[in-house]
Amino acid sequence: MSRYLVPAVAVLILIPFLMIGLTKDPSRLPSPFIGKAAPVFDLPSLAHPDQRVGSASYTGRLALVNIWATWCVGCRQEHEFLLRLAAQDVIPIYGINWRDDRDEALRWLQQLGDPYVDTGFDMDGRVGIEWGAYGAPETFLISDDGTVLYKHLGALDTTIWDNVFMPLIFPEVAAE
Amino acid sequence: MTLLSKLTTGSMIVVLLLAGGTARAIDTARAFDDPELQARYEHIISEVRCLKCQNQTIKDSNAFLASDLRREIRRMLDEGMTDAQIYDFLVERYGEFALYRPRVSGKTLFLWIAPALLLLGGTFLMVMVIRRRMLLPIDAEPGDENDPERIE
Repeated sequence: MSRYLVPAVAVLILIPFLMIGLTKDPSRLPSPFIGKAAPVFDLPSLAHPDQRVGSASYTGRLALVNIWATWCVGCRQEHEFLLRLAAQDVIPIYGINWRDDRDEALRWLQQLGDPYVDTGFDMDGRVGIEWGAYGAPETFLISDDGTVLYKHLGALDTTIWDNVFMPLIFPEVAAE
Repeated sequence: MTLLSKLTTGSMIVVLLLAGGTARAIDTARAFDDPELQARYEHIISEVRCLKCQNQTIKDSNAFLASDLRREIRRMLDEGMTDAQIYDFLVERYGEFALYRPRVSGKTLFLWIAPALLLLGGTFLMVMVIRRRMLLPIDAEPGDENDPERIE
């Protein structure tokens, strides 16, 4: 009987690891930026090509940077939420329109509403790479000293906002 | 198999082969005149994962992210950056997962030593089993009463 003991114990040890593995989505990678300085960017504005939008626009302030595109389904899903968030005036939202068509992007904002203080137009995707973007929508929470507090991959919604973003924005409230 | 179905199968194979030929044609043009740079370029892009399509290298993928990354790597090679600097650039932005062969660090150490540990463990077990069997009388048959490995 003892000869079965070692493999049995080995399997028992392995099972919890495999079960944890099953709950993880391999397309959601941890961002290497969390806790580090956010990348800087400087892009022509989507609506006004002669004006610039960039990290300089929100230096010294808490801000949300949202990477979006009209080809991205998740962006359409979270748009309603972003509009509501913008209306609450808690935090300025800056957009990076990633690898998109300018006219289509402008039409999108016109038809669905524009939650962004301003949106930079990243036509060739270089800024996207600077931010380590690989699957829009991606949302970065940037602290007033320019650190990335959190990055969310995929569509934002109220649950994620209340449970993850709010405690980071108001740590003193969350501590109580 | 009738002649008709043979013909159908044959033409399907031809169609599939032709389709395969076009699907693989990604960035076939040479990126650099300098053969040494071209070789470095091809090596690097075969080491970098396309994060959008995780089981492909950016050499094999035609996702726009892969083509953007190839373009950035060409730019960095043009600027005279070393391979290590280029890998650093990618890891800073996308994490170790971007490299098919993650570099040895605190985080990835276990990943690297795990095969050696498994090999050592396996060898140890094998030696134990062989030694135990060597202690058996030579004429003991498998399944013998004296054989501790005997299957009940």
